Amino acid sequence: MSQLFTPGLQISAATKVVKRRDLPMRGRVLVAVGDRVRSDTVVAEADREGELRIVRVIDELGILAHEIASCMKVSIGDVVREDQCIAEARGLWGLFTTKVSTPITGTVEFISTATGHVGIRAPKRTIKLSAYIDGVVRSVSEERGVVIEEAATFVQGIFGVGGERVGTIRMLQVPADTAVADADIPADVEGAILVGGHSPSLAALQKAQTLGAVGFVTGSIDDETLCQFVGYDIGVALTGDEPIAMTLIVTEGFGRIPLNRRIIDVLSSTAGFRASISGATQVRAGALRPEIISKASSAGAGLEREYSSGLVVGSQVRLIRVPYFGMHGVVTKLPSELVQIETGAYARVAHVSIPAEGREVVVPRANLEMA
Amino acid sequence: MRIDPQALRTVLVTDCGSTTTKALLFEKREDRWHQTFRGEAPTTVEEPVADVTVGALNAFTEVQELSNRAILKDHGPFEVTAEDATRGIDLYLSTSSAGGGLQMLVAGVVRNITTESAERAALGAGAIVMESISADDGREDHEKIERIRHVKPDIILVTGGIDGGSTAHVVEMAEILVAAAPRPRFGDTLRLPVIYAGNANAANDVTEILSGIANVVVVENVRPTLDSENLGPAREAIHEFFLSHVMSHSPGYGKLLSWSPVPVMPTPAAVGDMVQSYAERTNQNVLCVDIGGATTDVFSVFRDRAGTQVFNRTVSANLGMSYSVANVLVEAGAAHIQRWLPFDLSEAELRDRLRNKMIRPTSIPQTIEDLYLEQAVCREALRLSLKHHRSLAIGLEGKKERSIADVFRQSTDRYELVDLMQLDVVIGSGGVLSHAPSRMQAALMMIDGFGLAGITQLTVDSIFMMPHLGVFASVHPQAAQEIFEHDCLIYLGVAVVPVFSVGTKLGDALAEVILDGRSLGVVRVGEVARFATAERGSGALKVVPLHKTANVGAGAGVVVEKVVRLGECGVVVDGRNRPCISSSFVVSEQKRVYQNLGLLR
Repeated sequence: MSQLFTPGLQISAATKVVKRRDLPMRGRVLVAVGDRVRSDTVVAEADREGELRIVRVIDELGILAHEIASCMKVSIGDVVREDQCIAEARGLWGLFTTKVSTPITGTVEFISTATGHVGIRAPKRTIKLSAYIDGVVRSVSEERGVVIEEAATFVQGIFGVGGERVGTIRMLQVPADTAVADADIPADVEGAILVGGHSPSLAALQKAQTLGAVGFVTGSIDDETLCQFVGYDIGVALTGDEPIAMTLIVTEGFGRIPLNRRIIDVLSSTAGFRASISGATQVRAGALRPEIISKASSAGAGLEREYSSGLVVGSQVRLIRVPYFGMHGVVTKLPSELVQIETGAYARVAHVSIPAEGREVVVPRANLEMA
Repeated sequence: MRIDPQALRTVLVTDCGSTTTKALLFEKREDRWHQTFRGEAPTTVEEPVADVTVGALNAFTEVQELSNRAILKDHGPFEVTAEDATRGIDLYLSTSSAGGGLQMLVAGVVRNITTESAERAALGAGAIVMESISADDGREDHEKIERIRHVKPDIILVTGGIDGGSTAHVVEMAEILVAAAPRPRFGDTLRLPVIYAGNANAANDVTEILSGIANVVVVENVRPTLDSENLGPAREAIHEFFLSHVMSHSPGYGKLLSWSPVPVMPTPAAVGDMVQSYAERTNQNVLCVDIGGATTDVFSVFRDRAGTQVFNRTVSANLGMSYSVANVLVEAGAAHIQRWLPFDLSEAELRDRLRNKMIRPTSIPQTIEDLYLEQAVCREALRLSLKHHRSLAIGLEGKKERSIADVFRQSTDRYELVDLMQLDVVIGSGGVLSHAPSRMQAALMMIDGFGLAGITQLTVDSIFMMPHLGVFASVHPQAAQEIFEHDCLIYLGVAVVPVFSVGTKLGDALAEVILDGRSLGVVRVGEVARFATAERGSGALKVVPLHKTANVGAGAGVVVEKVVRLGECGVVVDGRNRPCISSSFVVSEQKRVYQNLGLLR
C-alpha cells in the first residue's frame, strides 16, 4: 500500500467545518436549509417506542398459562396506570384474592396464553438532537437529520473521553512542556474549556471538573491518571459515553508529551470564544477523533499552513513511536526500497531531521504522522 | 452457474477485511497450482467511499501492476476468461469480514445446553456472537431487553428446548425479543432476520410472536436431544441470510456479488473450512489461530471420545494486536504481559506504550524492546483466546435416559475437547505471527501463549492466505490443497515439551530427542533450547523419557515416535513444566530463554 503513513490530525485556525447530525432512527427535522442555528438548537427529534415490561402473571397468581384470560381485568390495547390491578385470582374456596398490578404506566400490548405473561408498553419518549455547533443548515435529509456548516477553528486531538459539550475557550497559564498541577486550575473555570500543558494530575482534573469546567485540552496523559479520572480501565478506543462531567482531549498521546505549539497558537486565537467540544474517539475503520470547534477569529489569520496530500520531502511530521515518540521533524529523504530496521523487519522508511535534537533519524513511514 | 474446475487456469480471490482488502492471484502452472501475486488496499466500506468494490479494484490494480497481467477493463472489473498468459482471469471469488463481519445475537433457554449449541452454530458459520441471552442467565427481563436493544445484530438465532420438551421457556425468549424489538445493523427498512432452531413443538408459537418484528425462518433444532447437536441446518440458514440480507445491504456488496458466480463467504467460515479439510485429510488434531488487530479467531479439530473429529471455532472479539491491544492489557493485567519480557519495563511505561499503540494502531515496532513488548501481548492474547475456546469446544457424552434432576448436572456429561498433549499441528496466522521478523519468535509466541505440551508441529500461514483458499476450495478443492501445502503453510519445526511431576530439580534430564536415529540432545528441567537440524522436509522423531514422570503425549515414561516436518526452527525443547502461566518468571530467566533460542544477543 502506498499510503503507509498516517494522514495526521487537523489543526486549522479557519476552515469550513461540516457536521452531519443524524437521528438514531427516523423522526422529524425541525429546521430548514439556510436556517442559522446555535449549538443548543434542537434540529430534529424522534419518538422512541417505550420499553415493554413483561409481567409474569401466572407466577404471581399461581395459575396455569391457559387460565390467564379468565383472570385478566384489562384487555389488549387498554391504557393502564402504574400500580393499577391488571389481573386477579381467587384462592382457596374463594376466600383469598391475589392481585397483580402493573409496574409501569402504559398500554397492554399482549396477553399470552402460551406463557401466561402480559406485556405493558410504556409511552413513547422523544429523543432530541441538538445542532452541536453554531452554523447554517446546508442540507436536510428527510426524517433523518441535517448538515450544518460554519467557517470555524477546528482542532482534532488523538484521543478523548466524554461527550459533546459547549463552553468558552480559556488558556491555562501553564507552559506547553509543563505538567498541569491542581494549583494551575483557577477558581473561576465554570463553563470553560481549559487548554494547556501536559500530563495533568488527577487532582487537577478533578478540581477543574468540580469547579464546572466542561472541557480540558492537554498534550498527554498517563494511563493511570486517565483510568482514575474515568473510573475504569478503557479496553477499546471507542469512547464518548464516559460518565464524566468534563470532556478531556489529549493531542499527542499517552505519557509526558508537551501540548503541540501549533494547537496552542490556534486555540489562543479563539480564547474567550464559545466552542463545541467532543471527546468521542473511534480508532477502527470510520475513524473518529476528538475535536474542538469554535468560531474563527481574525487573530487566527496567518496561522494556516499548507498541507500536502501525501508524504513528501519537506513534509512536517510528528514521530509516533518509540524511540522517537513525541518528537517533530521534517522529512529529508524517502528511499523507495525496503530497509531493514532494528527489529529485523523490512519496512519502507523516511529520513527525518529533528531540529530540537540536531540530528537525522531513519523511521518507518508507518510511524509518521503529518504534523 | 456450474464451474468446471479443470478448465480453470487463473483465479483472482479477495478477502475484504475490516481494514485491508487483500487480493491474491492463483495460477495453474505446469507442475501444480501456485499463489503468484498479491495486492492490497484499504477496505472502503465506510464513508466517504462506502463501496467495497473501490478497495477491491485498488487491490486488483496492484496485482495487475505486479503481475503484468491485464485484469481490469474499461467497462467492468475484469476480463473474464484468461485468453493467454497476459490477459484476463477465469474466475473471481471473495470472502468478507468488512464492516465488523457477520454479527449475531443468540438466545437459548439453558446457558450450558441450548445457548451454547447456538453459539457453536453461529461461530461455526463465521459469525461474531455479540451477545448471548439465556432464560437462566441470571439477568432480569428488563436487563436482557436493554442488552438486546443495545446490540444491533445482523441475524438472531433463537434456540431452546429439546424436541418434545417444554415449550414455555423458549416462547418466553421470543416475548423478550419482541419487547426489545432490536433493529438490524444495515437496511433501514429491512426486517431483522431471525432463525428459529429450537424445540420443534414451539416453532409455530415463536414464529407467530416474532413475525411482527422479524423475518423468521424455522430450521431443525440445534439440540434435538440433550446429548446430541445438529448444527448444520442452522449454519446453512445463517449463510443464506448472510448473503440475502447482510451482504446485499452492505455498501457496494451488490456489485461485488455480481462479479462472482460463487457466494461470498464470511472470512472465518472460509478459514474454518480449510482447517477442517486439512485435519480430515491428514487425520490430525489441529489448532489454528488468526490473531488480528481487533479480534482473535481460534479454530480446532480434535477427536471426541467416540473418535469422531469435531470442529470448533471461537472468536474473542476484543483481543487483538492493535485496536484491541489495550483490552488485552485490561483482561490479562500488566504483570502477565511483563512476565514475558527479557528486559525491565515499568508498568507505567508498559501501559502508556500499549495505549499509544491503541490510538495509533498502524504504527509498527522500531526497536527490539518494542517488538518484544508486542510479542508479549500476543502471548497473552493467545492464552486468553485459547482459554475462551476451550470453554466452548465441548464434547457431549451420551446418556440416553435422563431425569429432570440430570438437567442440573450438565458438567458430568461435558468434557473439553482440546487436549494439548494430543495436538498434532498448530497453525499461526495474523501479522504478529506470520510476519514476525524471525520465525523463532513466532514459534516461541505459540509455545508460550498456548502453553503447548507434548510434541507439536509448529506452522504459520505465510501471508494469511487461508480465507482465499477456503473459498477457492469450494470450487476446486485439490488446487486449494496444493497451494495450502506448498505456498501457505510454512513449517517452522517441532516443539517438544515434556510434562512432569514435582520432585525434579533444575537441570535434571527429562527426555532425549532423537531424529532419524541420531540423538539431538536432552531436554532438561527449566531449560528451553533449540536443537538445530540441517534437515528440511520429513524426519522420524523419537522422544525417550529419561524421567519416570516425563510425559510427551503417550503417558508418563512412554516413548513417542512420530514423523514430523522440519523447518527453520528445528526442534525446540521446553523443560519448563506446564501450566506455563506462573507469574514467577523473572527477567533473567526470560533473557536466558531468548538467548538460548538466538533471539537476544
